[in-house]
Amino acid sequence: MSQYAILIYEDPAFYANMSPEAWGAVVDAHTTFTQQVFELGGSLTGGGALAPTTTATTIKGAGTVTDGPFVETKEAFGGYYVVEARDLDHAVEIAKLCPAPGGGVEVRPVVDPTTNPF
Amino acid sequence: MLSATVRVAGDLDVAEECAQEAYVSALRAWTRDGVPERPGAWLTTAARNHAMDRLRREVTLRRKLPLLVEPATVDPHDPADLDWPDAAVPDDRLRLVFTCCHPTLAPEARVALTLRLVCGVPTPDVARAFLVSEPTMAARITRAKKKISEARIPYRVPGRAELPERLDSVLTAVHLLFSTGHTAGEGDALVREELCDRALHLARTLAALLPEQAETRGLLGLLLLTDARRATRTDEQGRLLLLADQDRTRWDQRAILEGLTVTAGALASGPPGRFTLQAAIAGVHAMAPSLEQTDWPRVVHLYDRLLAVWNTPVVALNRAAAVAFADGPAAALPLLDELATDPRLAAYPYLPATRADLLRRLGDAAGAAQSYRRAMELTANAAERAFLEQRLAEVSRAAGAEPAPG
Repeated sequence: MSQYAILIYEDPAFYANMSPEAWGAVVDAHTTFTQQVFELGGSLTGGGALAPTTTATTIKGAGTVTDGPFVETKEAFGGYYVVEARDLDHAVEIAKLCPAPGGGVEVRPVVDPTTNPF
Repeated sequence: MLSATVRVAGDLDVAEECAQEAYVSALRAWTRDGVPERPGAWLTTAARNHAMDRLRREVTLRRKLPLLVEPATVDPHDPADLDWPDAAVPDDRLRLVFTCCHPTLAPEARVALTLRLVCGVPTPDVARAFLVSEPTMAARITRAKKKISEARIPYRVPGRAELPERLDSVLTAVHLLFSTGHTAGEGDALVREELCDRALHLARTLAALLPEQAETRGLLGLLLLTDARRATRTDEQGRLLLLADQDRTRWDQRAILEGLTVTAGALASGPPGRFTLQAAIAGVHAMAPSLEQTDWPRVVHLYDRLLAVWNTPVVALNRAAAVAFADGPAAALPLLDELATDPRLAAYPYLPATRADLLRRLGDAAGAAQSYRRAMELTANAAERAFLEQRLAEVSRAAGAEPAPG
């Protein structure tokens, strides 16, 4: 089994004016997903949701601190899961079920620090 | 040979090295003892043995090597695994093809990897085939191999449920390989011919290994029927010849016969997919004694069915061209007008080229000339440009001979 990060990229505008009911449905969808990971034979080893990019602070090279995200994009990085999967096919199978109604997800292998992947 | 070795070695680079070592030992052993009865099997066994040796030597190191296979498939300590029957080889080849054409790799990388690893074409030749520099192609191949190992793209034939979709990616790569050779944009004609042969060989292998998947036979039929016209696609000067101007007596009748047989088999195996339908269309052309005596209503019908399973503007354009023969050019013009609004065809030279041809047949020389010029602006293909230039000269003469309108 290997670790893969599922990175969620979504348009923050999608959530901005959401009713409490709709938000509740989003939260439910994520709860369902965390169960589905195990049903598919994978496991969940981490994850988290991030507050919007308007709350972000960026520190670049020389220590200059600025307001805002590292990169300004329409679809911003907003949350992630770390899953254990057999291989990329399995990880993609799992990631396809990850809720991301305002965008999509990116699957990236998590590096084993004993080897340099670059 | 490489595919059998990669299963043992579990790593593409190691497998490539082992294959090279096998050639070196062959050189030594065959000079000493003569060429064995089955040189291919000898080489495969030698390469596998090299891989085994490495495995034994490097068990610890190997743990750190990215694995491409489930280790359970080979036990290096079980002597039975060292002498697989050759029947295992096609399976390995198939795994390798599915890995190289994995949908998580970039489409251009899939074709390049297939050429490099499945067909064993050296990187400089792969680069020439795709008109990119050698370092660019080497980087593209390295990047793809790295993704296979780092992201752990599995080295296996997909299960029944995902097979049709994954197979489509493989068939598309093989078809692209063939088209790259067949369309001969520019560059070395010999390299191009080799691409067509490689693609045909791959299609044959896939059809033999996955006969229950009708689309493998559809693709083989399509390639055979298209390739049967290879000798007649250009004239002595290398200029492009349209279907209308090709000497049909020089079409390869053996390839046509085989193509028709394979296609008929694919058509009989349930609802046809896009490769089978394209093969069926190529089959109608192959059987027609001339362009005029082609069964155009049947061609249009087949395009209708193709659009139902594969709705792309290029298929719609080809359908329009067929309608122009079945019902006359005037009937097809409105279809082209509709397609002209599709942004996906904005830079597609065949759209203005088709319009030019329809206008020429309708006697609108000035309109045809304008469309030929537009098509010339869009094509990068020397043979096609030469053809368009010639047609432009013809309609320009016709326009000059006519009294000026009004």
